[in-house]
Amino acid sequence: MTSTQTPNGFSLDNGGRRIVVDPITRIEGHMRIEANVDEHNIIRNAVSTGTMWRGLEVILKGRDPRDAWAFVERICGVCTGCHALASVRAVEDALDIRIPTNAFLIRQIMEKVLAWHDHVVHFYHLHALDWVNPVNALKADPRATSALQLAVSPNNPKSSPGYFRDVQNRLKKFVESGQLGIFRNGYWDSSAYLLPPEADLMAVTHYLEALDFQKEIVKVHTILGGKNPHPNYMVGGVPCAINIDGDMAAGAPLNMERLNFIKLKLQEAFEFSQNVYVPDVIAIASYYKNWLYGGGLSAKNLMDYGDCPTVQGDPSTDRFPGGVILNGNWDEIHPIDARDPEQVQEFVTHSWYEYGAGREDIGLHPWEGVTDPHYVLGPNTKGTRTNIQAVDEEAKYSWVKAPRWRGNACEVGPLARYILAYSKGVPYVKAQVDDALGRFNALAGTSLTPREALPTTIGRTLARALEAHYCAQQLLDDYDALIANIVNGDLATANVAKWDPATWPKEAKGVGLVAAPRGGLGHWIKIRDGRIENYQCVVPSTWNGGPRDAKGNIGAFEAALLGMPMSNPEQPVEILRTLHSFDPCMACATHVMAPDGDELARVTVR
Amino acid sequence: MTANKTEQAAHPLGRVLILGIGNILWADEGFGVRVVEYLAARYHFPAPAELMDGGTQGLYLLPQLEGLDGLIIVDAIDFGLPPGTIHTVRGADVPATIGARKMSLHQTGFQEVLALLDLRGHAPRQVALIGVQPVNMQDYGGGLTPPVAARVPEVAEAVLTMLANDYGLRPTPHTTNAAEDETSLVTAAVTRDAYESGRPSEEDACRHGDPRVLARMGG
Repeated sequence: MTSTQTPNGFSLDNGGRRIVVDPITRIEGHMRIEANVDEHNIIRNAVSTGTMWRGLEVILKGRDPRDAWAFVERICGVCTGCHALASVRAVEDALDIRIPTNAFLIRQIMEKVLAWHDHVVHFYHLHALDWVNPVNALKADPRATSALQLAVSPNNPKSSPGYFRDVQNRLKKFVESGQLGIFRNGYWDSSAYLLPPEADLMAVTHYLEALDFQKEIVKVHTILGGKNPHPNYMVGGVPCAINIDGDMAAGAPLNMERLNFIKLKLQEAFEFSQNVYVPDVIAIASYYKNWLYGGGLSAKNLMDYGDCPTVQGDPSTDRFPGGVILNGNWDEIHPIDARDPEQVQEFVTHSWYEYGAGREDIGLHPWEGVTDPHYVLGPNTKGTRTNIQAVDEEAKYSWVKAPRWRGNACEVGPLARYILAYSKGVPYVKAQVDDALGRFNALAGTSLTPREALPTTIGRTLARALEAHYCAQQLLDDYDALIANIVNGDLATANVAKWDPATWPKEAKGVGLVAAPRGGLGHWIKIRDGRIENYQCVVPSTWNGGPRDAKGNIGAFEAALLGMPMSNPEQPVEILRTLHSFDPCMACATHVMAPDGDELARVTVR
Repeated sequence: MTANKTEQAAHPLGRVLILGIGNILWADEGFGVRVVEYLAARYHFPAPAELMDGGTQGLYLLPQLEGLDGLIIVDAIDFGLPPGTIHTVRGADVPATIGARKMSLHQTGFQEVLALLDLRGHAPRQVALIGVQPVNMQDYGGGLTPPVAARVPEVAEAVLTMLANDYGLRPTPHTTNAAEDETSLVTAAVTRDAYESGRPSEEDACRHGDPRVLARMGG
């Protein structure tokens, strides 16, 4: 047994029993968690392993920079648009291209429709089942659900007992047909589930509503991106012509009829997050008021690059302000510069890559980034190279790199953005957080402050819901700005002055930053002779899910699990709950290594 | 495909979707997408038939899959058969096959999509999966391997036969002056030709084998 203290202030103890959860289900991509629990089943050490090789950058070398977005859009199934956006921004930054106002606004609409959609799908489809027991919903009295609904969201028109009874009957029929289907993988007998049946039924009902609704909002992508799935992007603007009086002839320009349709969908999204999503999260959270675990690194270090300015090129108008908070000091926000070689760096001391002899422990800025796989296991590994039973976290143990800001591990994501915006006093965010906490405290009979409530697993999930609704508000504002600009006679959607590579410098480098749904996303590009010379993506799940660094600082996933009690180590509900609160996307952080047909996570306790 | 395409149809038969799924960046994993790309380049699919490049979108495809009269999925799947073998499954065997045999990331995604359609009463009336046994799905940035590439025309033909036999639908070959947006389903930069011919050399891109993958393949 070894006890250690990490430089970033966490105690680790790798004694006791070791739990292995592999793969973590209901995430995009493959990852594994190993954790040590003490005699009280409290987690004292956590090890996050990306089990896939990350090889994205190598496929882009030598390609045309104007095409990079079409490749990165294919990295995985959920982050398509954010990667495409980061890519075109990186190329425009490198070539000093300013896009027309319409393109600036249309891209923001695309970006936030994606964020809103992503957050809603994540909560209801991937995360809710960590809190909600659908089997228990069958026991609910629909009248009690109706009363609860009216209490938590009086403006939701769908609140009659009959409505909830219909849903319950559908669910019954589905379960009785023998196919628990999407619900088959749960630990439904676990004591970790705390909702009364009426709340379970309300959440399951909204899960089905969310599935019905999500198909509506993506129609905005079809219109503005030309097609969906895989909307089109372009360097210099958007591939979407505006002809306000045009009909739906070939080429389908953006006309008034299409714009009105978009407005309708944005309003529907606003109402859904206001009346359903945010109230659900607050209501569910109130039943878990004593389960304030999982904060980890979010109580200390947080980072976002900043995004969604109201004025193009002016970060002081960012609706999600960027910066870094260190050591829980919300009163000081450090500015972040993604171009500074001393700030954002990736370390591979504990990652299966190598930087070359004598460079093992150095950090590389993404412009100088190297992705050279080097698969070696430490002496204390249990198992074999192809069948690891327990990794040796003293050595290399993950296919994910460890990004750091000036050497500090930071958590990224909606919670980071919300604490940054709250600390900076962004009025919308401040009002939203105070209102949500007020409602939570009223339901739960507590008096938690933002500092107590936000850096937790629940706070992470609440911040995502609030951010979805803030996105809906921004979407309506961006829509109005777009209409105003078009009415003023500006119809330009693309700047093609530098389309021809002959107009480019021999060498150029740029960075594209996005406040992506899972956190700050950066693409760094180097262009030489019109081709991509180096391309590095540092994705949010790399920040959160990465391993330890040269100094032993642990990352956000590992930190979030420490000190968390498990009701039953054989059923890792709490581990899944906390990891899912980050909405991990390991498909982007890494690359598939092991074929795996297993549906259930395998849990091993040693 | 654009969303409004199907709205024009007043055909008594509902939509019949030919859906290619998979990640084009992982060698044979891109097979399904390449088959629909091949079909789009050669045939016109009038409503109610429709082609779609589903990529790895999984759950995000849900809106496109509701209330179909027919769904034909094309994908690379590990059936445990010799590489390049074509295999077709129908009905309830489709989700079971995807669940048990799918190797890559979008496995659960797509099986869940089918379950969710069912739960909400929007399942396709008929569903079939035409799959090919892949050779290699680990070559990141690679194209189809020759044995799998050779199956693209055959599987495309199987899709056309299924459309004719099961639905009485017969897509027509493109005339030479077909509009470009009708013949190109996949963004120009990542069509199969551009993607495979534009790949930098192994040395330029510093591609190295993953020892764990190599060990697995050897064993």
